[in-house]
Amino acid sequence: MLGYILRRLLATIPVLLIVAVLVFLMLRLTPGDPAAVIAGDNATSEQIALIRNRLGLDKPILTQFAIWAGNLAQGNLGESFFFKKPIGELIAGRIEPTLSLAFATMLIAICVAIPLGVLAAYKHGSWIDRIVMGFSVLGFSVPVFVIGYALIYIFAITLGWFPVQGYQPLSGGFGGFVQRLVLPAVTLSVIYIALIARMTRASVLEVLNEDYIRTARAKGQVERKILFRHALKNAAVPIVTVVGIGIALLIGGVVVTESVYSIPGLGRLTVDAVLARDYPTIQAVILLFSGVYVGINLLIDLAYSLFDPRIRY
Amino acid sequence: MAWRLRSLVAAAAIVAGASLTQAQTLKVVMHSDVKIVDPIWTTAYIVRNHGYMIYDTLFAMDEAGAIKPQMVDSFTESPDKLTYKFTLRDGLTWHDGKPVTPEDCIASIKRWSAKDPVGQKLMTFVDTMTADDAKSFTVKLKSPTGLLIFGLGKPSSNVPFMMPERVAKTDPNTQISEFIGSGPFVLKQDEWKPGDKIVYTKFKDYKPRAEPASGLAGGKVAKVDRIEWLAVADQQQAVNALLAGEIDMVEQPAFDLIPLVQSDSNIKLWNYNPLGLQYTLRFNHTQPPFDNPKVRQAVTYALNQKDFLEATIGNPEYYQVCKSMFVCGTPLSSEKGMEGLLESNFKKSQELLKEAGYDGKPIVLLHSTDLLALTNLGPVAKQLLEKGGFKVDMQSSDWQTVVSRRVRKDPVDKGGWNVMQTSWVSADILNPVMAGFFNASCDKAAFGWPCDEQMEKLRDDFAREPDPAKQKAIAEAVQARWREVVTHVHLGQYKVPIAARKNLSGILTAPAPVFWNVEKK
Repeated sequence: MLGYILRRLLATIPVLLIVAVLVFLMLRLTPGDPAAVIAGDNATSEQIALIRNRLGLDKPILTQFAIWAGNLAQGNLGESFFFKKPIGELIAGRIEPTLSLAFATMLIAICVAIPLGVLAAYKHGSWIDRIVMGFSVLGFSVPVFVIGYALIYIFAITLGWFPVQGYQPLSGGFGGFVQRLVLPAVTLSVIYIALIARMTRASVLEVLNEDYIRTARAKGQVERKILFRHALKNAAVPIVTVVGIGIALLIGGVVVTESVYSIPGLGRLTVDAVLARDYPTIQAVILLFSGVYVGINLLIDLAYSLFDPRIRY
Repeated sequence: MAWRLRSLVAAAAIVAGASLTQAQTLKVVMHSDVKIVDPIWTTAYIVRNHGYMIYDTLFAMDEAGAIKPQMVDSFTESPDKLTYKFTLRDGLTWHDGKPVTPEDCIASIKRWSAKDPVGQKLMTFVDTMTADDAKSFTVKLKSPTGLLIFGLGKPSSNVPFMMPERVAKTDPNTQISEFIGSGPFVLKQDEWKPGDKIVYTKFKDYKPRAEPASGLAGGKVAKVDRIEWLAVADQQQAVNALLAGEIDMVEQPAFDLIPLVQSDSNIKLWNYNPLGLQYTLRFNHTQPPFDNPKVRQAVTYALNQKDFLEATIGNPEYYQVCKSMFVCGTPLSSEKGMEGLLESNFKKSQELLKEAGYDGKPIVLLHSTDLLALTNLGPVAKQLLEKGGFKVDMQSSDWQTVVSRRVRKDPVDKGGWNVMQTSWVSADILNPVMAGFFNASCDKAAFGWPCDEQMEKLRDDFAREPDPAKQKAIAEAVQARWREVVTHVHLGQYKVPIAARKNLSGILTAPAPVFWNVEKK
């Protein structure tokens, strides 16, 4: 197992290297000039060239890449063109809101979706099943920002239960932290509830037709035990896969949700950096996201062996 | 029992104190997040607004448009108009407690003038700038100019903000790293989180002028203890937060959300900047067909301002058709020589194109899709230009791509461009020297690179002329020359109100939103 983990960890290095090269090249090929953005409407060509020189953008692409890669190898992500702050510091300041949002979203999604999916499978073909599946289709179909605005209108503006926007760090008090996180997390969790509930239903339904379930029933096991101990555990592998993919997809979801709810997380940082063509920040954030993606995939693979002892690495 | 009573009283006092503190905090959503805090390094309006919070200026424009002393207590002008002696007010200090010195001011003027078009022009007249004593300095000119006092009181980007000498000596193309001013508010650096908020607190040692506040001039009295500019990217959310009472002010609510704001009796709209902004169409003079003045003239016949303003602003309360090349409502405004233009005379446009030998090759129109204020300009321009005889290839992208493409001089088929549209704050284009699009010095001009010696001579004449009446005559001559060379075209003047909760008062009428004098009850 340890050997497998080490091999997988070593395999992440070329993946991240490829991502680094691709991101660097794609950014340089994308139309956009940070120097022109900074210089403003009145700037002459000479002034823009001066700014380009200060930012090192007039150097050949290979030289720029060598400088960036060299710094990266030393753990230095560089300095933002616009914020004039080390990117490590920028990212560190944005991680808490994004992690909090992601954690709360997945917590809500798992707590709601798995019981719903199991219930739908158990009551297969009934009105409960239809309602769960109907909700699932709705959850897939409605864009995140529409759900966000609807929830804000009902729970923040009309009822006044939650604030319209903003984020409060945990250090500012647990009550305020939770109060400001509920609406964004519920907004973002809808699609994951739909995704996980659907997958849970399908997996559990398949398992419920297995011989060992029939045997358990014949032995007089209570239905709750059959469902959660036998059926759910055996249906767990695809569910864990979907949850894992969901966490990775969450990265895209937080971009929109953080914008709608004005949460100063990594999603907002990415959008701001892209709009301003802040190359070093975009490169660092995408590299971080790639690292997270690779890490989650590794964790999912390891989790398989917990649920299915037949899987060995 | 007694201790319980005392505890209750103490608790009540704490709660009351907390409420009082809360009442002194102003929460505002500005038009953009503050990512950069050097108002000389960039012309971004949000950074200019930040500049007005923490920095002060030697002179400032009042509500009537007159330039008045601000940090300067008094100044003298020699009879030959070549020597100006400035004396600073008593008690001016930086936020770190050190006194403001003439050396600080001279270094700040030098850094500003290296970046700003008015400053650059002004420096061609300046012979020397020397500190006389602890409070005064002298500027000697090579020849008289009206730009000195006007330039030092320039209201919009780049504003000549005063900084400590050690900060002002930073290369103008490098961002400053110390944010100390002498203005009425102090930047709370430990609380500034780009993408979240920027926080200012009242500068307790600030000595306001005795006169009442007027525009950007007069006594800058901070009436709230703390101001937070919150980064809310979504316009709908900013308005929602205002309606819910979570914030006190939205600087620029979207026009389609104004009816929503108006429907709430707790919100008031303030037309703080009556001169507003100006939509502008810019040609690339280096590429055909707009290297031909006759083709540019055709555009002035094909377009009309009302269609642009209807498509972008919609509500006539907030826009006006203004044919003058200098902002309507200001001293240099004039419609002389503009008869027949901007009236969508498509026949005349087509005739001119025929005379110019336009070959029918599509012109590339850069269209920005992500800035609400600009998005609808492109389709209107395309339609009107096509009716006027042009073939138009409208290329849509985000604003930053437009910004990056517009500085390229390449031919159109290699990523270049022919026309693009933007918007100027009116306070930036009050005269032919300030308005960068009149600069016709070829490669040294702003993007579009018009080339016209006569226009440049007129701009120099304007810079040399201190007499306002003669300046007006020169401005009219500039407008007459513009009709021939057509450096750019104005597409209409508009204003954006501030939406604020009714418990706010004292919002000043000025070319930029400022927060001194604002009171929260």
